[in-house]
Amino acid sequence: MAFKVIKPGMLALLQDLGRHGHQAIGLTTGGPMDELAFRWGNALLDNDDNTQQLEITFGMLSLEAQADTSIALTGADLAATLNDKSLTPWQTYAVKQGDILSFQQPVWGLRAYLSVKGGFQADTTLGSVATVMREKIGGLTGTGEKLQKGDVLPYLANQTHQPRSVPRAAIPNYSLREIPLILGYQYQSFSDLERAHFFSNDYTISQNSDRMGYRLEGHAIISETPGIISEGIAYGAVQIPKDGQPIVLLRDRQTIGGYPKMGCVTRFGGGLLAQKKPGEHIQFTPITVDQAEHERHLQMARLQQWR
Amino acid sequence: MIQAVLPPLPDIDMVSDNACLLTFSQTISEAVSDRIAHVSHQLTSLSGIIDLVPSYTTLLVIFDGDHYDRFAICKAIRDRIADPVPNTSQQTDVREIVIPVYYGTEVGPDLDDVAAHCGMSSNEVIKQHSSNLYRAYAIGFTPGFAFLGNTPAALHIGRKTTPRLKVPIGSVAIAENQTAVYPSVTPGGWQIIGRTPIQLIDWGSDNLALIAMGDKVRFEPISRQDFLAQGGKLDGF
Repeated sequence: MAFKVIKPGMLALLQDLGRHGHQAIGLTTGGPMDELAFRWGNALLDNDDNTQQLEITFGMLSLEAQADTSIALTGADLAATLNDKSLTPWQTYAVKQGDILSFQQPVWGLRAYLSVKGGFQADTTLGSVATVMREKIGGLTGTGEKLQKGDVLPYLANQTHQPRSVPRAAIPNYSLREIPLILGYQYQSFSDLERAHFFSNDYTISQNSDRMGYRLEGHAIISETPGIISEGIAYGAVQIPKDGQPIVLLRDRQTIGGYPKMGCVTRFGGGLLAQKKPGEHIQFTPITVDQAEHERHLQMARLQQWR
Repeated sequence: MIQAVLPPLPDIDMVSDNACLLTFSQTISEAVSDRIAHVSHQLTSLSGIIDLVPSYTTLLVIFDGDHYDRFAICKAIRDRIADPVPNTSQQTDVREIVIPVYYGTEVGPDLDDVAAHCGMSSNEVIKQHSSNLYRAYAIGFTPGFAFLGNTPAALHIGRKTTPRLKVPIGSVAIAENQTAVYPSVTPGGWQIIGRTPIQLIDWGSDNLALIAMGDKVRFEPISRQDFLAQGGKLDGF
């Protein structure tokens, strides 16, 4: 039983929490751009945390259900409809055989998550279904393809449905301009003045932003150390290349690089950033590792208690 | 009193709430690389470690934030790597990998430029490049891409001013004191001098990547005929 893809949309990718343990050979992790929305999607349906979901970027997607099931929508509001009836994200819905689930264009945020009771049933590659198009790995066929017209997204038929929704206080505010940035990652290679510029200026999301990294445009930041010996790049690292325009490295990042870094956005902060569209503005707010730890524990505790 | 010479402990810096960077040195050397390979191996079996990214002078450690807080991870790493490095392990582990290369302008469009820059003939470039034994200092950038060093000083040349948008699979290239083979089609700014017919990444194999960190790599010139016989392709530019 499955969803049949009527319209594939701009970019829809199967994801789980990522392909880990292979960065030492240069293989990136992939995984959901908005991890918090992804985790809530599985929590709403009592799925395991790592259960496969569809990450829908921008929308323009249409699916036909070939069996009854229960679904959850989290993340962006992409004006989803079920048989032309509007759906609100961050809750579950019963789906019947023959129903048409459609996504139009973003109303709020950029990426929506569609989870289904029991998860989608695609084979994993190196332990994960996470789709990385650049590396031609993961997804429905294991070769890194985005969803295509005519694809069949398999799931297990399910008759029971529980109406559930995420508590309002736990739903992230995607309209926030402030993106938290952990200091401590080669921060010392920038002068006080450059740091002040970095945190006091707005940055615009560039058209060249994707799952690999978000390129920002704004006040150029000068590093006193133009290059460093190439080293492993953590999720969320904010690189400052020679032109001074920051690049935030996200899920499909390269594993090694040689530019100095201003800091690191957390997985939660990266999720907020990944809901921004090109042309939108952000500002970075400095936080400590301690604050980042607290924030994450709070989010995870909310999820666990709710489950 | 005879004191055992312990290798210096790396600096540990927090990068985020689930990653820290171990810095072993500010300069690249075989000894530092040995040490990183050894520590990486030691940490592989530490519970709560999600990923390890060794490079020239550093090791990035990704850990499970539910398993460790920022203090516990530093302690766990220090405890695990406090043991002295067994001085025999490196020699026995080293593998030598031979990569056949068809050198020439047909597949190495920068060969003539490199020769002109270095003030030698193309044949001399090939001879210099293939007579050296290289070490794999890091694997990354793309899957299976091995950063190999060090090229002979006579071959040092900078990256291209404008990187190519597409470098064909198997391209053998040099830049400054490094050399590498491109395992997949990617953009790239290194100077391309030849091409290998062999695959550097194989998703179906157990190792996945042909070259591992710490391996020794040698390039062996082959003829155009041998290149084609081994499945080499001439297209891609």
